[in-house]
Amino acid sequence: MNSSTTSAGMGFLADEGPRRGLMAWLTSTDHKRIGILYLWSMLAFFMVGVGVGVLMRLVQLDTFHHLVTARTYNALFTVHGVIMIFLFVVPGLPAVFGNFFLPILIGAKDVAFPRLNLASWYFYIAGAILALLSLFTGGGAPDTGWTFYAPFSLQTGTNVTLAVFAAFVLGFSSMLTGINFITTIHRLRAPGMSWFRMPLFCWSLYSTSWIQILATPVLAITLILVMLERLFGIGIFDPTKGGDPLLYQHLFWIYSHPAVYIMILPAMGAISEIMPTFSRKPIFGYTAIAFSSMSIAGVGSLVWAHHMFTSGMSEFANMVFSLLTMIVAIPSAIKVFNWVSTLYKGSIDVQPPLFYALTFIFLFCIGGLTGVMQGALSINVHVHDTYFIVGHFHYVMFGGTGFAFFAALLYWFPKMFGRMYSKKLIIAAWFPLFVGFNMLYFGMLVLGMQGMPRRYYEHLPMFHAGHQVVTVGSWLLALGLVIYLVALIWAARKGPRAEGNPWGGVTLEWTLPSPPITENFEEIPVIDHGPYEFRKGGQHG
Amino acid sequence: MVEHRDDFGSKLGMWLFLVTEILLFGGLFIAYSYMRARYPVEFHHAGAELNATLGVTNTFILLTSSLSMALGIVAMQRGQELWSRILVGCTVLLGLVFLCIKGVEWAAKFHHGLYPDSARILTLPQGERIFYGLYFSMTGLHGLHVIAGMGVLSVMLVMMLRGRIHPGHYTLLENGGLYWHLVDVIWIFLLPLFYLAA
Repeated sequence: MNSSTTSAGMGFLADEGPRRGLMAWLTSTDHKRIGILYLWSMLAFFMVGVGVGVLMRLVQLDTFHHLVTARTYNALFTVHGVIMIFLFVVPGLPAVFGNFFLPILIGAKDVAFPRLNLASWYFYIAGAILALLSLFTGGGAPDTGWTFYAPFSLQTGTNVTLAVFAAFVLGFSSMLTGINFITTIHRLRAPGMSWFRMPLFCWSLYSTSWIQILATPVLAITLILVMLERLFGIGIFDPTKGGDPLLYQHLFWIYSHPAVYIMILPAMGAISEIMPTFSRKPIFGYTAIAFSSMSIAGVGSLVWAHHMFTSGMSEFANMVFSLLTMIVAIPSAIKVFNWVSTLYKGSIDVQPPLFYALTFIFLFCIGGLTGVMQGALSINVHVHDTYFIVGHFHYVMFGGTGFAFFAALLYWFPKMFGRMYSKKLIIAAWFPLFVGFNMLYFGMLVLGMQGMPRRYYEHLPMFHAGHQVVTVGSWLLALGLVIYLVALIWAARKGPRAEGNPWGGVTLEWTLPSPPITENFEEIPVIDHGPYEFRKGGQHG
Repeated sequence: MVEHRDDFGSKLGMWLFLVTEILLFGGLFIAYSYMRARYPVEFHHAGAELNATLGVTNTFILLTSSLSMALGIVAMQRGQELWSRILVGCTVLLGLVFLCIKGVEWAAKFHHGLYPDSARILTLPQGERIFYGLYFSMTGLHGLHVIAGMGVLSVMLVMMLRGRIHPGHYTLLENGGLYWHLVDVIWIFLLPLFYLAA
């Protein structure tokens, strides 16, 4: 099946049915097409976010300091956060690769609710449009930071109401995707595809979907309350009316901390697919990885108040949340251990996806360890709201999720588009990406340790040198991103045709032609072995 | 292609959606319990201002509507399509009655100058303001859900008339019913929290 059907057609990429071109894409309920719709829209927003980020860094250089006013700077970091969090990292891997590969990996023809799936994409686009509208209408771009903390978010004259509504709509999209995936995994596994024969990416999507379902509604109601507060003045978060802004922080983080696991879990799942394929060896500790995903989802829902150690909570609450934060590091460490052990005695083939996946592990470790540092109360009170925090979460969100996204895209690109990219160009992109990334964010860790507060438009002369290094890093990083994206966009259009199984993977997607046909399988497969068996049962030895 | 149909799957999806709805209101219930612990006396005074008779009447109306919804589904199961239509129609009408009574209540409060940010409410103690803030937010959001539920059930009615929902295939109706029961259950919690708080 591999060789015979690979180069023949363009699979699902070719229009079937009455509609052609763009309309055929915008009305398609094929999970693969929806995944690709997400991919392009998300990358577009990502590049906007990158642009805003580079501009913010530029402003920290003396020469360009007066490019924007202090107030615009506030809007910039808010917009950067809102775009990156709500339009890129949260939907990130589930919406693109989850949509495209979840049904294929469990041997199904589509997700459980294909029309709802398309509706989720429209909610996503509607939310994105609202978010962009909020920048130019009303009182102008919101200047609260992406966290919309009360009471400032209730008082500022900028267009917080619309921005918050945009986040609400985006949350709806994310929630519906979660419902869809859980139902899909429960109901549409192929015959013989038992829970523990599912590839680990499916496990990570499963745990992610539960967080999406359990946490997003709390954010939704919090944002509704902010809107009601601004429109009608109900007073719940407003201290002048007897409300309590701390309640806002709690409700906000009850969603937004689990949300960081929405962002990282699918990334970990993708890495768990890449490691065995390029080690030609079953993943080490399958069950441990599967259960660590679930326990991250569980414990991760109980650590939210570690964002609030300096907000005046009780000592006791601080200690409890500090302890829980330490505990949530354990399942993440289990995963890192298992990925590295998978390489041990494997027959390692260093292809671009593995290269980026290893980078993920390295950067994620720095992000994770700095996270444990901040979980300790004694350190947290000193680095709270400094560049250290900014450095830390960029290591996790960008070094972690971002690089895993890049790795996953490199891994599955030939399957999605039926074409291969230039491996040399992708490796060439890695150098500026990696060097720039570490200059930028390790520089931030150092600046934060020295006491540079986050979100400040001005900085003291003692931070000059640090800011220069960090800003130069941002240029290198942006350069690397451009090379990476240009290589892939070119490959999607003009790249040489890819085989059905260019990497020698053994999960179900590699049994299909590249790109797969509409409805994936001509005949639903019957599964009689685990996901990573390279010797028996798999396609390649 | 054979039309794929998975009744269990679509009910599972609906239940998951109901979980999200419960958590949506869950955020408000957290806010309520926190604020009530903070302002017990004020909540007591403000709660006494609400019209418990209307609240209890509305509870009976919603419970009855849930009954007619359940009976409507039973009728569909037994193949009595006409009865099913009538009963679902009754459910929608009872929802409308509920909203009317709710409207009367809200109008009375507005008439007395009791609405968020009004001149009168700003003279009240802080806890009472918060009580009314929560009252309007929670009953308002619940009201929106009643409207949504009525919309969903009206669509079901049209689908029944067009033969899209019939005794051989009525999962959608069951899902609509689940949603309506959820709206009902939430109200059952709202009643004691506000009307019987005094």
